Amino acid sequence: MADQALGSRSAGGQAIEFDQGKIRRDMLIRRIGKIGLLINPIFAYFFLWAPIIVLVVFSFNAGRNVFVWQGFSVQWYTNIFNNTIQAGTEAANFNTQQILNAVGNTIVVGIAATIISTALGTLVALGLVRGRFPGKKALDAILYLPVVIPEIAQGVSLLVFFGILFDYAESVSGSRVSYGLGTIVIGHVVFCMSYVAIVVRARLADMNPRLEEAARDLGANEWQTFWRVTFPLILPGVVAGALLAFTISLDDFVVTFFVQGVGTSTLPILVYSMLKRRVPPEINAISTLMLLVSTILVGVSLAMQGRNAAKRT
Amino acid sequence: MTSSVQPVTKPTREKSRGIFTALPAAIWLAIFFVLPLLIVFIMSFMSTGRGGRAVMPLTIENYVDVFDRFISVVQRSLWIGLLTTLVCLLVGYPLAFFISTRKSAGMRNLSLFLIILPFWTNFLVRTYALQTILGNDGTINGFLQSIGLISEPIAFLNTPEAVIIGLVYGFLPFMVLPIYASVERFDFRYVEAAHDLGANDLWAFIRIVFPMTLPGVIAGFILVFIPAIGTFVTSDLLGGTRGLMIGNLIQQQFRNNQPLGSALSIVLMGMVMIALLIYIRYGDQENS
Repeated sequence: MADQALGSRSAGGQAIEFDQGKIRRDMLIRRIGKIGLLINPIFAYFFLWAPIIVLVVFSFNAGRNVFVWQGFSVQWYTNIFNNTIQAGTEAANFNTQQILNAVGNTIVVGIAATIISTALGTLVALGLVRGRFPGKKALDAILYLPVVIPEIAQGVSLLVFFGILFDYAESVSGSRVSYGLGTIVIGHVVFCMSYVAIVVRARLADMNPRLEEAARDLGANEWQTFWRVTFPLILPGVVAGALLAFTISLDDFVVTFFVQGVGTSTLPILVYSMLKRRVPPEINAISTLMLLVSTILVGVSLAMQGRNAAKRT
Repeated sequence: MTSSVQPVTKPTREKSRGIFTALPAAIWLAIFFVLPLLIVFIMSFMSTGRGGRAVMPLTIENYVDVFDRFISVVQRSLWIGLLTTLVCLLVGYPLAFFISTRKSAGMRNLSLFLIILPFWTNFLVRTYALQTILGNDGTINGFLQSIGLISEPIAFLNTPEAVIIGLVYGFLPFMVLPIYASVERFDFRYVEAAHDLGANDLWAFIRIVFPMTLPGVIAGFILVFIPAIGTFVTSDLLGGTRGLMIGNLIQQQFRNNQPLGSALSIVLMGMVMIALLIYIRYGDQENS
């Protein structure tokens, strides 16, 4: 319909005359646009997915090659579970125990950081939306900074900070505290908390404040109002924030890299050190397993959000 | 919000209630975020002592060093950040447009999901996946050699271009999602009106669609530019020495010269802050 309209009123709307050249030109532009809009997504999806597909497919390759298919094999997977990982020609640089330790550390850090950051983030979101106190604007601004300040700057600043703190602690008490899971959790909580606060805040802003007023009018005290009205209503936001915090913590490399201690490597740190040294062929299998886990996590989180959305309507 | 309907006898205690719930987070941020950054800021003005440690007296020597010896790295970081953002825009805008103009909701959700899912997989794993594709004995070189187009592998890795590819790969969703949100809200009757007034598709896009989705573009620009300029992993694994960026320099310097590393961090944060201020000034004004 609009095609006919193109150019038909170019002459000031007086005489309807068709400028065939302009129409042809406009149709050409439309066709180029249509083709571009078709080619671009094909290219983009290929670009996003090809590396992942290559990774997964060749994790089942009998050889080490990532181009020539040398037969189906699950040997890299069995190597992981049978404690026979080899880093190229060098004798086992990495073993199953190391991987299991790293997985354990990652999960411990993830759970601790998620619990602390969800509590702090939810509370600060409540305070910022409902409360009024001096310095609120400054806190509001600072709360968003960990999300935007480059991770490398946060990492090195925590490294220096803990260094000074540990030196001081040693001079006072004589015993040496060092980097480890504790420092990693502290670092993760800083930025996880910001993400939780952002998500919970959005949920609080959507909430009708009259509901809380009504509860109080009906005689509930603040504690009852919170647990029986506010909290159930913001719970989907809190759960979404917690899942986000957990995923970000599991995934974090840079901050962890700077505040880790001896023997407290997380899985991303282990993968990094594998990539920096001689890459063991098992890494494709490890990556595929990590991919599988995060896909399941995202699937669960989406399913939960879907259920919440269904419940709301 | 504070309408006359609200009860007059609102307890005064409530006005300061917020501070107690906000306090734990505020303290955590003060100790583990603001204070460390403050220390780095002070250290960037200190001299280098034995073992690269920061000592008195105060000096601006570190900043002179940054702009003397490392200006090329700073410039390269800026360039790589800007080019990454530009490529993301060129690829991401049509992609976001494609997704938001799908007619069925199922198709729209699927195409969006296919953008987000790679984004949820570990960043290191994704960077490694690119390494296997781009490497000398990787998939692309293997393919080109097998069809006889090249005899020697092309060195894709350890170049600034490899870093840009890696960053676009990593941050494309950051560009697509805000633009998608903008196009989704866009009322396509404006385009019909433009057509009725004699504009062709290109003109309607330049004059109507693009300006009205600009908030999404600016948000995407910031969301890609900030992590891209401060990257460490991508340039470390894909860039080599030729793709060295300010993030890698900071990591290196913190091992042998902490004050210089601090000055580099402050310069990096300064660049990020400038980008943020531009966003706050010209960005999504409807939302603020």
